[in-house]
Amino acid sequence: MQQFFPNGFGHYLAGGLIIGAAVGLLFVMTGLIGGMSTVFSSTWSFFSKQPFFQQECLTGSRCWRLAYAAGLVLGGLAWMGWSASAPWQTGVTWWQLAAGGFLVGFGARMSNGCTSGHGICGLASLQLPSLLAVLTFLATAIATAQLFVWFGGAS
Amino acid sequence: MKPAILAWALISGALFGFGLSLSTMIRPEVVLSFLRFNDIGLLLVLGGAVVVTLIVYQLAPRLLAKPLFGSAWGKHPSEMNARTLGGAAIFGIGWGLSGVCPGPAIAGLGAGNWPLLVAVLAIFAGAWAQGRFFAPKALTVVETTAQPGRSETDPFDNISTQALTPAEYPEEEAH
Repeated sequence: MQQFFPNGFGHYLAGGLIIGAAVGLLFVMTGLIGGMSTVFSSTWSFFSKQPFFQQECLTGSRCWRLAYAAGLVLGGLAWMGWSASAPWQTGVTWWQLAAGGFLVGFGARMSNGCTSGHGICGLASLQLPSLLAVLTFLATAIATAQLFVWFGGAS
Repeated sequence: MKPAILAWALISGALFGFGLSLSTMIRPEVVLSFLRFNDIGLLLVLGGAVVVTLIVYQLAPRLLAKPLFGSAWGKHPSEMNARTLGGAAIFGIGWGLSGVCPGPAIAGLGAGNWPLLVAVLAIFAGAWAQGRFFAPKALTVVETTAQPGRSETDPFDNISTQALTPAEYPEEEAH
């Protein structure tokens, strides 16, 4: 147990259950599917005249998706107040955040789902393509993270 | 769009962000540690979230005619094609390199994890590049988006981003 969960497991399980409750609450109240990556495309519809960004499904959902994302920020803020923890900043290098973030944004939008879109909403909808997407990104993520260490990456 | 929809999106998002923060997934180091098998706690985050969502997604449409404040039950539109799997592979490489994915990157900003702003901006850039240069062919010209049947033949023509059609959510047309 200690070997697999050196930091305990209670906060992981509680966090996961709360995330599930959040996605479930959104669905019961509004019928909306609460994946997170689409907001990164739908928000561009405010600025870009490209046909892709002017799709009805992006222009029609951009407002609630922005509210959803604003909620995420508030949730992080609320957690900080609740836990009374000091602000903590990641030590992952800026170029990893930039290069990794770019690939995350590109890939999630091409795949039409991310860890929450395919991982939570897709699996909970019993979608086989989402299961395959999750297995695919887990495989490439594990390979990348491990290779990075082998090639001397710091974090 | 109805104010109630926006309000519930905000409330659900806040709960989501709180859960992400509590699970420590807003720390890229924790994600990388999971991907290197040093701490597999993230399986509990995903597992817990999926079980709760699965129950709600399966039960709610059977118990209620429609959402309490919405007009129709949405569906997750995943398609079995090269874009879904190829995109997932690219997403994974970025996730494994940075330890960052969309939800935690945004929630982390609220918890004062400022360097994640770099990741959020980069995700926006990646999403823009995908939509601008690698959109499904049917969406590169406005007129073709309305052609029915095109998406049946070419896997790259699938327009699968549509969770809810405007007909299902007429009030969303005004923005």
